Amino acid sequence: MIGELGRSLVGALGGLGDIGLFLLRIVADTPRALLRFDLIAKQVFNSGALSLVIIMLSGLFVGMVLGLQGFELLQRFGSEEALGTAAAIGLLRELSPVITALLFAGRAGTALASEIGLMRATDQLSAMEMMAVDPISRVVVPRFLGGVIAMPLLAAIFSMIGLYGAQLIGVQMMGVDSGSFWSQMQGAVELRDINEGLVKSAMFGIACSLIAVYQGYYADPTAEGVGLATTRTVVTSAVVVLFLDYLVTSAFL
Amino acid sequence: MGPSGTGKTTLLRLITGQLRPLGGSLVVAGQDMCTVRGPALYALRKRMGMLFQNGALLTDLSVFENVAFPLREHTDLPERLIRLIVLTKLQAVGLRGAAPLMPSELSGGMARRVALARAIVMDPEILIYDEPFVGLDPISLGMILRLVRRLNDTLGLTSIVVSHDVHEIIQVADRVYLLSGGRAVASGTPDELEKNSSDVVKQFVGGLPDGPVPFHYPGPDYFGELLQRDLRQSA
Repeated sequence: MIGELGRSLVGALGGLGDIGLFLLRIVADTPRALLRFDLIAKQVFNSGALSLVIIMLSGLFVGMVLGLQGFELLQRFGSEEALGTAAAIGLLRELSPVITALLFAGRAGTALASEIGLMRATDQLSAMEMMAVDPISRVVVPRFLGGVIAMPLLAAIFSMIGLYGAQLIGVQMMGVDSGSFWSQMQGAVELRDINEGLVKSAMFGIACSLIAVYQGYYADPTAEGVGLATTRTVVTSAVVVLFLDYLVTSAFL
Repeated sequence: MGPSGTGKTTLLRLITGQLRPLGGSLVVAGQDMCTVRGPALYALRKRMGMLFQNGALLTDLSVFENVAFPLREHTDLPERLIRLIVLTKLQAVGLRGAAPLMPSELSGGMARRVALARAIVMDPEILIYDEPFVGLDPISLGMILRLVRRLNDTLGLTSIVVSHDVHEIIQVADRVYLLSGGRAVASGTPDELEKNSSDVVKQFVGGLPDGPVPFHYPGPDYFGELLQRDLRQSA
């Protein structure tokens, strides 16, 4: 029993070490990759622009739910004008970065992992190595940076659409005063709230993209291996995002 | 040449530096493959071209861009020159007209010919083919076979072809090495190999199902296993 626990602990630490070394290789190759911004721009499009529909739809519905729940709660204290503030702080600090990261892991992360895994399974990465092209620089780094750049942008769009959803319910349907909704929000939201959301989404972007490219790059070159890499990407990303969320939230309080 | 699972692809991976030997010596184009790594290994690979079994074309790039890929990665040639070189190589494999197609639109034989154009685009000294004839229809097989020989002669290459297709290899090879059980058991010109009287060579060249390379995978005694009473011990 103790032996098994010890072995799994050693295995987990070894895995962490591997992913740390992989991150170091990515960081070392990043300056060279930045010179070829066209490759990164393509990946920002793949990870970011292609995730826009799911992010915008989710943002709208989350904002609408916030509007409903917030209105119902604030009405009890007679302070429904604070709905804008509540929705904005909830979205900026917590909901936007976390839900965007979870959706990103499900949409873009799985696409990255399965794409790189399939490239491994179909010998495309070996072919690159044989053409004296380093697959880390050419395939992994642009995809990683694309995800890192896309995540904060997606979270910002999520916040914007979410606020519109909250406003739609609160102001248009429940009759909260529009002026109070926006002015209280402007008065109460501080730069610190925006920074917290930015730091979170940047960290989640690094974590989700790193997990996706790592799982894809080291996937077994079989159909089962690629499937497993995709599943691991979603599960690991979700757990890591929620863990990091706790860490950053406690650091900002 | 050699039967499946005898180490042909492993030997190729050793020659190309994708695997590192644990012992012995291996020298390719003057480089000791036991020690070469990093930039020196990549410099050596620029002198090699490799055709993978399935072509291994980059699926997000068109046929033209696949062939242009090594040029774009390793040279600063102007676009006009890249276009000229790529079209010349595609013409050599008969697929100039397929330049705008994506890899998913190609048949297996066409994908392998595109991969061949990509393998020769940097004018390598050594061209390595991993099972180039597997799964091809007779027309595509004939095309690839002629291309292997023609490219070798016109470009003055050293070609290493790994295959278990005896008749195809005998048509194009200058020299054949027969691997079995991880060793080179025979070598010589195709004529010499056909005259070789060793059992392994006769079994392989004649396509005999049983011989030194056994038909049956090693296992327990047949009747003993059939009559076994305790099923929990059985497979």
